[in-house]
Amino acid sequence: MKSKISAAFQRCKKERRPALITYTVAGDNTKNNSLKILNKISKHADILELGFPHNTPIADGGQIQGSSHRALKHGIKLKDVFQIVKNFKKSNPNKPLILMGYFNLIYQSGENNFLRNCKVSGVDGLIVVDLPYPENKNFSKKCKKKSINFIQLLSPTTSKDRMKKIIRDSHDMIYYISMLSTTGGKLKVSPRKILENYKKIKRININKSLVIGFGITNKTISSLKEADGLVVGSQLCKTITDSIKKRQNPVTKLDKLVYSLKNKII
Amino acid sequence: MKIKKGIPLIDQHDKNYMYGGKFGGNYIPETLKKPIDDLTKLFNKLRKDKKFLKKRDYYFENYVGSPTPFIKLENLTAHLGGAKIYAKVVSEANGGAHKIYNATVHCLIAKKAGKKYIVGDTGAGYAGKMLSMAAKKFGLKCKIFMGAKDIKRQRPNVEEMKKNGAEIVPVTTGSQTLVDAVSECMRYWVSNCDTTHMCVGSTVGPNIFIKICAWSTAQISRELINQVKEEFGKVPKKMKLLNCVGGGSSAMGFWNEFMDTDAEFIGIEAGGPKNSKLHAAPLTKGSKIGILHGAAQYVVQDKEGQIGSTESISAGLDYPGISPLHCFLKDTKRARYTSASDEEALKAYQLVSKLENISPSLEPSHAFAEAIKIAPKLRSSDTIIVNSCGDSIKDKDIIKKKLGSYIR
Repeated sequence: MKSKISAAFQRCKKERRPALITYTVAGDNTKNNSLKILNKISKHADILELGFPHNTPIADGGQIQGSSHRALKHGIKLKDVFQIVKNFKKSNPNKPLILMGYFNLIYQSGENNFLRNCKVSGVDGLIVVDLPYPENKNFSKKCKKKSINFIQLLSPTTSKDRMKKIIRDSHDMIYYISMLSTTGGKLKVSPRKILENYKKIKRININKSLVIGFGITNKTISSLKEADGLVVGSQLCKTITDSIKKRQNPVTKLDKLVYSLKNKII
Repeated sequence: MKIKKGIPLIDQHDKNYMYGGKFGGNYIPETLKKPIDDLTKLFNKLRKDKKFLKKRDYYFENYVGSPTPFIKLENLTAHLGGAKIYAKVVSEANGGAHKIYNATVHCLIAKKAGKKYIVGDTGAGYAGKMLSMAAKKFGLKCKIFMGAKDIKRQRPNVEEMKKNGAEIVPVTTGSQTLVDAVSECMRYWVSNCDTTHMCVGSTVGPNIFIKICAWSTAQISRELINQVKEEFGKVPKKMKLLNCVGGGSSAMGFWNEFMDTDAEFIGIEAGGPKNSKLHAAPLTKGSKIGILHGAAQYVVQDKEGQIGSTESISAGLDYPGISPLHCFLKDTKRARYTSASDEEALKAYQLVSKLENISPSLEPSHAFAEAIKIAPKLRSSDTIIVNSCGDSIKDKDIIKKKLGSYIR
């Protein structure tokens, strides 16, 4: 059976546009609001990434750290994250949702137990930032058995040989990190250069959906339209931070932002 | 789980870089895979390269100052009655602590790798001070990440770093101590790994950093084993090597050459204030295995896997994790671990400084606290050696505040 993630990419392809993938942190700024945000932005976004926060993230920039910190301060636990997913899926059963986070939380809850919870709540995919290939081989197999997409990451430092191996071991979707940076860095490589690398990877296996993330905002998104999918994260987190500062409603602010992001790629 | 004889401890990992199948590894973002692979290959080559080893030894001798003294603490021994107490005065090394070994080696490697920039983390400020010193010596631009709380409590070392021309980046996230400094430094490296070499300040982090650090500090025990043989004619049967452990770099260096001997290893963690639930003693207080800074290790954390808060009077030990090598030594029972409280460390500092010509910083004072506890129960045929790996001068402010006066 085709995964919901694959189906989403296929729909976008028919519309001749990249999939819009958003990233928000579960529990940011509150449990309720993060669910409301997912419900709202899912009208414009094709795939939703939801971060389960960790307090010692080694690859996240300031914006996502801020969101994680807020969520943890409000006492978010893994069981709340799964509850948010479950509630979201009740009203949006076909919208693919990907959980993203660091391995220690999975390790502490136990891989099998974690995956069981993913399955029960309706998680479609997983990105584990600090579990690279080949260390992730076992876990990725376990995901496959449960029909959960394990999403491999590629970066500008990944050699071609290594890319081939990783892609061979990947599921439906692969995530290309646009530049050497933590999340939310300023785009320091030209979109042309990024797309050049993107095409090289695509040539290795044209059938895998390849998305680009890191440094993408409403200013840069339209220049990368050729990709199968584009991930925007830090800008969403920043918008939540700003709206709290200005005492505005983060839910409507994010709705507007994601709507405008979508308009830039159609 | 077993330690193999005749093989350096740092090399006793499997193909996934795990010690005892449980500790260490490389839990890192994809972007760092290649720089870490490159560094691993380079280091494997250099540690077999006679020219490089000669260079290392040259700088250890002429720049670090080797060997550091090995002395008997006659007054402390007489005062306590019981075991003979000795100190390896590593604080006599250039810069005043063991961190100089790792810093020097990292700078030599960075030069070999053709990097112009070097970055590092620091807690007590020693790792940062030494890296800034060595960077200056070898002509590298240096950036040091340090928790804002540590910047306040370890001012003397901060001043030194500035004098050496390093840029100090205050880290204001989380607890604003060493754990956050290491995270921020790793994040910086993720963004700049093409131009910049990273030095992790202790035997923690992805495997290669554990290896380089332990390989560098091993100089301490290379000297000590000769000094011990000179003093006693051989390695005595009942000899205890006491060392404080935070990340664990000085203890690894202090014990390395004695691994296959009968010497007993005792590691002393930071127990924190007497009346506080917080501590920095994951081995003593039964913390579970978790992933921190790229490696599996015993780590202070909550049930979910969020890294826990720590508390210790000594910034250098104030770290929720512990080197995977120490986890390995603990589970194989090769080393024993215990903790000393803030108060016990302060008392030990006071007693040693009063009686002897050395004045240990708050980190080794934790080890002296254990020596003071056990020495009276032992016989005069027993030997205790404490690694005095730092000088109290950097803790002057804290000591004055806590004890009313500072002696040295």
